[in-house]
Amino acid sequence: MSNLSFNSHGVLAIYRFEMARFMRTIWQSLVAPVITTSLYFIVFGSAIGSRMSEVGGVPYGAFIVPGLIMMALFQESLFNGSFGIYFPKFTGTIYELLSAPISSFEAVLAYVGAAATKSVVLGLVILATASLFVPLHIAHPFLMTGYLVLIAVTFSLFGFILGVWANSFEQLNVVPMLIMTPLTFLGGAFYSIEMLPPAWRVVTLFNPVVYIIDCFRWSFFDMADVNVALSFGLTVGFFVACLIAVSIIFKTGWHLKN
Amino acid sequence: MSAIVSISNLTKTYASGLQALKSVNLEIMKGEIFALLGPNGAGKTTLISIICGIVTPTSGTVIADGHNIQGDYKAARMKIGLVPQELHTDAFETVIHTVTFSRGLFGRAPNPAHIEKVLRDLSLWEKRNDTIRTLSGGMKRRVMIAKALSHEPTILFLDEPTAGVDVELRRDMWAMVHTLRQSGVTIILTTHYIEEAEEMADRIGVISKGELIVVEEKTALMKKLGKKELTLTLQDALTEVPAALAEWKLELKADGHELHYTFDANADSGTVPALLKRLGELGIGFKDLNTSQSSLEEIFVSLVHGGKAGGAGK
Ligand SMILES: Nc1ncnc2c1ncn2[C@@H]1O[C@H](COP(=O)(O)OP(=O)(O)OP(=O)(O)O)[C@@H](O)[C@H]1O
Ligand SMILES: [Mg+2]
Repeated sequence: MSNLSFNSHGVLAIYRFEMARFMRTIWQSLVAPVITTSLYFIVFGSAIGSRMSEVGGVPYGAFIVPGLIMMALFQESLFNGSFGIYFPKFTGTIYELLSAPISSFEAVLAYVGAAATKSVVLGLVILATASLFVPLHIAHPFLMTGYLVLIAVTFSLFGFILGVWANSFEQLNVVPMLIMTPLTFLGGAFYSIEMLPPAWRVVTLFNPVVYIIDCFRWSFFDMADVNVALSFGLTVGFFVACLIAVSIIFKTGWHLKN
Repeated sequence: MSAIVSISNLTKTYASGLQALKSVNLEIMKGEIFALLGPNGAGKTTLISIICGIVTPTSGTVIADGHNIQGDYKAARMKIGLVPQELHTDAFETVIHTVTFSRGLFGRAPNPAHIEKVLRDLSLWEKRNDTIRTLSGGMKRRVMIAKALSHEPTILFLDEPTAGVDVELRRDMWAMVHTLRQSGVTIILTTHYIEEAEEMADRIGVISKGELIVVEEKTALMKKLGKKELTLTLQDALTEVPAALAEWKLELKADGHELHYTFDANADSGTVPALLKRLGELGIGFKDLNTSQSSLEEIFVSLVHGGKAGGAGK
């Protein structure tokens, strides 16, 4: 086998291995997020929604669905992407990956592919759960699915980088807890930025999550607070930045090899 | 025999600035069992880790089965199996799952028959559906060996395979290594048990402070560096070594009941008969005499401490 030939058995082995762990813990993996989402519907959809009925012509219960899916997707992708590579580092089993005839591209493909698959499944399950609570009409179903996959892949990749970087479980949680959670809450998951005072609206525009949620919401309701092309461009930009970071990590062996 | 692993001018300086390997040159022959000996921190694991791709060399090249381990790493690594020094296992996986995973990871198509053979050879077949965390330490080590053999490597590295392993399992492993060698696998192992190297190796390399100080056929090494000791059990105890025996530098032991003479088996061939003759002249009778050859361990200690081939047998 020359270095040019693709180690498909290796990629499949990692992918299956990661998916097997998902299947073993499928109960925790899916039930917890579904319960959380349902609670959001009860608290925000029913309690608050009964007072604010509509946002830009969309019933409030439906309006929060894209944001809820994105919230879950960020968390799951970051968790799965980082855990898949952090855990072998933590237990020492990474020696096997490092000594295997597998290229960095193949390894990333397998790990990130598995992490993103799990996130997409979860996103679709939440979408299905949401449709039990509110009637949903999706304006651009294909673009919606495509964007869901793009976000799952991008944040799994971002998670992978965090997993390589982290030297402890605390560090593993820093970015998801201290950065992603606040950005998501302030990212327009539960409100339209049109509803904010003008000054706050400007501040909000520095939050990248705003663009992601807005873009995803556009695929549902065909309405957006910011320019959809701009939002999409920023997403792709972040994706490319993560790709470059990963390739640098593997070239230099950063945090993986001595 | 031709070289299957060629290491040239290999050096490694860790980020900490510590130089773990200083220009190592070594050829491992196809089909041999090569034992790498050396004290803690000598650089054994570093050397193995570089060949297997876990550690990046600072300079130098390694060719494994005709493939450069850096330029042509996929082809090289497919031929290599590694059982690392530390026990690292996926605690929550089953035995068969983790071994099957390893085969795929190393680019091989599934082959349940081979996996079954490996597990049977290592007495793991009955435990194939157990999760690894429920196995004993010795069993876990077998699982790691099974993983390393899953992709049918032609070069196998065993980094202290028998550390913390009971006598029975150690014997099993020695037998397994011999069987593997018969099937054409080249084996490089490190160990702190000299008897293990003595039992298994064809050739021995001694590494100390990042330098290979000796590479020899085991038998040649023992012959070359072997010290012999002659013990004479006396009929009547002596209080001191008679001055007439000074040239042999004898030691008096066992309350004056034993005379010990340490000599080089090769260089000092005529000295024993001369000693016995002198004893007869002096009228010193002995009941028994016995010679013993120094073990590899003693050779090894004398090599590492100062490099001189001296040092009495004990
Ligand atoms: N990751 C690392 N970073 C810095 N120094 C290291 C690293 N790994 C090993 N060393 C150092 O390199 C030297 C060689 O270590 P190595 O593990 O190769 O020794 P060894 O011969 O395998 O020892 P042992 O018999 O204890 O297993 C030691 O001084 C060790 O402290
Ligand atoms: Mg070691």
